[in-house]
Amino acid sequence: MTAVPEVITPPSPHRVDLLRRPKASRGFWSWFTTVDHKKIGVLYGATALVFFLIAGSEALLIRLQLAGPNGTVLTASQYNTLFTMHGTTMIFLVGMPLPVALGNYFIPLMIGARDVAFPRLNMFGYWVFLFGGLFIYSGFVLGGAPNGGWFGYTPLTSTPMSQGFLPGHGPDFWTVGLVMLGVGSVTSAINFIVTILNMRAPGMTLMRMPVFVWMMLVTAFLTAFAIPCVTAALIMVFFDRNYGTNFFQAASGGDPLLYQHLFWLFGHPEVYILILPGMGIVSEILPTFARKPLFGYAVIVFSGIAIGFLGWGVWAHHMFATGLGPVAVSAFSLATMLIAIPTGVKIFNWLGTVWGGSLRLKTPMLFALGFIAMFTIGGLSGVTHSIVPADTQQTDTYYVVAHFHYVLFGGLIFAIFGGFYYWWPKIFGRMLNERMGKLNFWMLLIGFNLTFFPMHILGLEGQPRRTYTYASGMGWDNLNLLVSIGSFVIAFGVLVFIVNIIFSTLRGEKATADPWDARTLEWSTPTPVPEYNFAEIPQVQARDDFWHRKYTEDAEGRLVRLPSGGSDSGTMGAVATLEVDEGSGGHGDTPGENGDGHGDGHGIHMPSPSYYPFVMTLGLPILGYAAVFKNPWLAIPGVLILVFGMYAWAIEPGTAEDES
Amino acid sequence: MRVPKIGRRIRRAGLLVALAALLAACGNENGQNSLDPKGPYAQKIDNLFIPILILAIVIGIAVLSATVFFALKFRHREGGPDNPKQIHGSTPLEIGWTIVPALILAVVAVPTIATIFDLAKKPTGPNVLQVTVSGKQWWWQFELPKQPMVDKKVVTSTELHIPINTKVYLSEVSDNVIHSFWVPELNGKKDVVPGRTNHNTIEADKPGTFLGACAEFCGLSHADMRFRVIAETKVDWQKWLAGQQQGPAQDWSGHIKELTATKYACTNCHILNDSTKVNYGPNLTHLHSRTTFAGGTYEINRKNLTNWVMNAPAMIAMASKDCRLPPPATCVGMPSFTKNTPKGQPVMTKEDADTIVTYLLGEK
Repeated sequence: MTAVPEVITPPSPHRVDLLRRPKASRGFWSWFTTVDHKKIGVLYGATALVFFLIAGSEALLIRLQLAGPNGTVLTASQYNTLFTMHGTTMIFLVGMPLPVALGNYFIPLMIGARDVAFPRLNMFGYWVFLFGGLFIYSGFVLGGAPNGGWFGYTPLTSTPMSQGFLPGHGPDFWTVGLVMLGVGSVTSAINFIVTILNMRAPGMTLMRMPVFVWMMLVTAFLTAFAIPCVTAALIMVFFDRNYGTNFFQAASGGDPLLYQHLFWLFGHPEVYILILPGMGIVSEILPTFARKPLFGYAVIVFSGIAIGFLGWGVWAHHMFATGLGPVAVSAFSLATMLIAIPTGVKIFNWLGTVWGGSLRLKTPMLFALGFIAMFTIGGLSGVTHSIVPADTQQTDTYYVVAHFHYVLFGGLIFAIFGGFYYWWPKIFGRMLNERMGKLNFWMLLIGFNLTFFPMHILGLEGQPRRTYTYASGMGWDNLNLLVSIGSFVIAFGVLVFIVNIIFSTLRGEKATADPWDARTLEWSTPTPVPEYNFAEIPQVQARDDFWHRKYTEDAEGRLVRLPSGGSDSGTMGAVATLEVDEGSGGHGDTPGENGDGHGDGHGIHMPSPSYYPFVMTLGLPILGYAAVFKNPWLAIPGVLILVFGMYAWAIEPGTAEDES
Repeated sequence: MRVPKIGRRIRRAGLLVALAALLAACGNENGQNSLDPKGPYAQKIDNLFIPILILAIVIGIAVLSATVFFALKFRHREGGPDNPKQIHGSTPLEIGWTIVPALILAVVAVPTIATIFDLAKKPTGPNVLQVTVSGKQWWWQFELPKQPMVDKKVVTSTELHIPINTKVYLSEVSDNVIHSFWVPELNGKKDVVPGRTNHNTIEADKPGTFLGACAEFCGLSHADMRFRVIAETKVDWQKWLAGQQQGPAQDWSGHIKELTATKYACTNCHILNDSTKVNYGPNLTHLHSRTTFAGGTYEINRKNLTNWVMNAPAMIAMASKDCRLPPPATCVGMPSFTKNTPKGQPVMTKEDADTIVTYLLGEK
């Protein structure tokens, strides 16, 4: 074995066990205290899936109401609440946390690390996400669910409740809840940035990182910088509405458009926060199932970075009809066209990856191919929005609804489903059923297009969005019925997925460690992945390192399997030269025969579970209710819990002292 | 690259479906169809959009059929070869498919920017009608101020009459929330933002009724905030204008005045006898010269109006529970005069409602 560097033991702090340190890494309660990035990833995924089902059900109610003209399934007020909550949920409680779920689980595995940089902060981020979501939904029973749209334009949302523009506490739950969720998003983003930049295994240079990791890095930067914009805007809305400040009230000199600038300065990068992880997932699936390297890795990476930068310069294309004047409008029009270029390059490079491959058309690959096709349609309709005069016809119509669903459903959600089918075996140790997977794919693809393609036409034919009803005789009836039917086909597709999960859990085929003959490091770990991920921190020799341990190329560049395929032989030889870097890989811990750490006796020190992220988060919704109901007494326990959790966490060592 | 049979078939089928859908969409004569322009402004937008849309459809179908075709052609067959060439990229190709889209977009950008500036021009000359548009919750108010074409100010709502072949320069204002004024067949939309005056110009080539809708979510009954623009020949329009400029068609005094000004206090919000004034609610002078009311969602007839004056919130969702009380009670929309009656206020009788509706129907 390699030389064992000296184990550095931090100076033993004075023992401060306010709560007895939790130890369990299994069992129900371990889910409350775990700091294992894999378990946290599962928590994120499961929670976001539940929210996905809720938001999907909201969409079905919306489509029932709109199946025919003058619908009576919902009242105007219920409809407004449902479309607000559908959008808010899908963006903040589904679209953002689903990539975070996969990122949490796989970023450390893909870069050869044993955990994320800040394991307890990671847990905190999850609890804030869960409590923030529950907080917003609690409005349904506590005096008004959000009803001002997911975009919450002022002065509709910022005018004091007494004026009756939006009845109930809806906008209060919405603003406070989103500020809370923002805290969770920023912590998880910072955690990802530090993890990716600092914890890569030796040899895992930036340009050897899997594209998914790259895209999550760009996404994390976007999140960390974009969320503060919307947080500021939301706090201003809250104060205008509740405390008579005057940021957005025109009658007393405020500016309603200021809100839109702040919101879209967040809102457009947000689009890329949602879609870049999808592009990353697809960039992992395509090479694996084409059995070819990604075509133009560097160009794909740099286009992703370019999108990340350009994404900051296009926000006002959401405001082409607000009267910014022809000069500003022209500038944002050109910037919007510009961002289509790196996006297009990615699509062509993915097609280049497929070209000449030996394609396994398994479910993940179908979703990845579906992604390319659907995202292309969304991208092209996006380009038509940059044609400002045309956009003044399209904005706030169903054409836009069609456009962004092609990007976010046809794009992100297809990629996420592909990612689920791809990585499920690694996470849960069982395969998802292929036949159900294919049914799932085709139902989603057909249902998706039935639902969203006709919306292009409806929008061009003049149907405005966010309307709970429409008149008969507008020639919209048949297409709307088709759309509603399509939405139930989507629902059936999702149901197939749920059945597949249950079937897989109960009697799914046991997965091997590397069922897809894949390329990246996560597949080099055993299944199920041990708590410490890697018994030995891998030494990375190349991009797609795991693939190169199994395959090489002949003189013509064709694929050749190495005789000892699947073993670590490719890596072992290099260990001697790279061992000096060992310490930079993990937590400074190395496996050793004399390791005396806790846990399964694997001898690797892992961060210990902790109560405090959970405890600290408990304070946040209490503070939230104090704000919504303007109840200072409620703020006292909120602050106390928050501060207690914060301090106890700060003085608790990351890894518990050994019991011996 | 030779396009094989299946690829061509997919491409042809896709193109046919897309073009059929586009043609069908252009043919929808619902009065609110952005693909069916009826004036020079909407036409300029259409002329710009349609070629770009077709270009986008062609590119889309090319990429989609390539995806399907590649997936079929390169799929692994049982027992087939399984040693694909490991292509890592191609710099010339990648530079190529960066530059070609950039060039296409550069070509698209030129007419786009030109049209942006063209449409933003303020119309001048004597043949321009100035109209002030106010977005309300949830109806539209139109004011024709005194100007060369209008010798006496006129206030109306829900239905705007304009002369054909005349540029109508709109000044859009709101004293409540953001709305968006949109008549797709005459021009694109322009938001109506509190604290600002936004401008837009519409023009119709031929007489006709063009439907409009509020396109920015403005609260509870946003969906019911519709309106119509009625384009007429100059002669017909002048006739309409002269009618609007007259005093009320009937004598507003005695019992009807007692009912509307005192008993039910309709005049807190409405004006019934002067088409030059504005108040909180729609000006009802000459109401029956219009065909629709309540945000253009109901036809004006005895039954609808009777239901409306008695219990409007049953016809359109309103946030107007306390609207009959004096300020500081704030309200949005028309209150019910039969339900949720505040203390000290009368409940409207059917007889009174009939009297009021008869008066309103007489306001031609």
